[in-house]
Amino acid sequence: MSAHEIEIILSRQLADCLSVPVFIVDPDGTLIFYNEPAEKILGQRFEDTGEMKVGDWGNDFHPHDKNGDPIPAEELPLVQTIYSHRPAHKTFWIKNFEGKAFEISVTSIPIVGRSKQFSGALAIFWDNNLKI
Amino acid sequence: MRIKLHGTRGAYPTSSKETRKLGGNTSCIEIIENNERLILDAGTGILEIDFDSYSTADRIDILLTHLHMDHIQGLGFFKPIFDPSKEIHIWGPGGSSYPLKDRLNKFLSPPLFPVMLRDIPSKLVIHELPNKPFQIGCYTITSKFICHPGPTVGFRIEVASKAVAYIPDHEPMLSRPHLFKEDNWISGFDLCANADLLIHDSQYSKEEYKHKVGWGHCTMKIAADLSKRAKAKRLVMFHHDPAQKDADRVKLFKEFKNTNSYDFPIELAVQGHKIKI
Repeated sequence: MSAHEIEIILSRQLADCLSVPVFIVDPDGTLIFYNEPAEKILGQRFEDTGEMKVGDWGNDFHPHDKNGDPIPAEELPLVQTIYSHRPAHKTFWIKNFEGKAFEISVTSIPIVGRSKQFSGALAIFWDNNLKI
Repeated sequence: MRIKLHGTRGAYPTSSKETRKLGGNTSCIEIIENNERLILDAGTGILEIDFDSYSTADRIDILLTHLHMDHIQGLGFFKPIFDPSKEIHIWGPGGSSYPLKDRLNKFLSPPLFPVMLRDIPSKLVIHELPNKPFQIGCYTITSKFICHPGPTVGFRIEVASKAVAYIPDHEPMLSRPHLFKEDNWISGFDLCANADLLIHDSQYSKEEYKHKVGWGHCTMKIAADLSKRAKAKRLVMFHHDPAQKDADRVKLFKEFKNTNSYDFPIELAVQGHKIKI
């Protein structure tokens, strides 16, 4: 397996240093890295799962709207960024692995390196009840 | 393939007697296969190249890892650049916004340099490195962006079944003392994989690195760990700190060797040394 592009490697190094959940996907939507705070949402460790296909991770945190209706994977910011190669943002609810629902805002950005090629996307999950 | 180390020093050239053993010239190596020459980086080491030996071809190819001064400061002073019969091909990384030529022009123009790029007597051809392997004569060249401030690449040069990897400025992991455990998350890994020779940054001691995170360089241990993970067969530690006396550098290297065990040869880069692979 070839090494990732440098902008992806540096994204992981950044994610590794952050205390907010960060997800990184490749151009196909495969979840190639999530940091320790993100592990708490998925209820799984990256060390244990390794990479996850889009169909495997998109519903793991039960995204839903304020009425409790599920949000399909294609409406999630990260998935939208994969298709559009543009930034996306959305506020919605998720359940963590303990089943507790909370409101989050997700911002995803396309990762485009110096070669101008789309290398993947990075999303930050922000817990709207978080007080810093 | 023969590799000559013409400049092994990082940051700036030094002529003090305390740095003569490892050499005071900044980054430049020459690769020779039969009568074909390839030059990697154009620090002051490029001034040591004997252009009347090995190859007298009118075409000269210089591959730049990046445009930090210690990698280009010999470019405006090496003889062939003032010879109208020479065709100098300069290859370097593209940037996000400005083309390589514009960025090089900042150095090769007044007030930093007396002659404008367009007035240089030789025929200059400037190429941005492609994002795929390419060929110059007998050499197959792969470049990849690696972790170092600004657009910076490492090179893998292959001839027949031999490969040398050259990554003189590299900080594979920012602030951590170890590499990610997955190979495909390691900056520069593909360039080093199974290389017969890896010439790699190793500027800092573990203690020094703590104060220089993000400066773009790494420790001897990270360089050796990368070499081990990539199964490179021999490691040459490059880019010596000009502020460090050779005696201190050698002492540090001995301490490193005494406290770490690797099953491949590791040595400090010495200006003037020739390596055959």
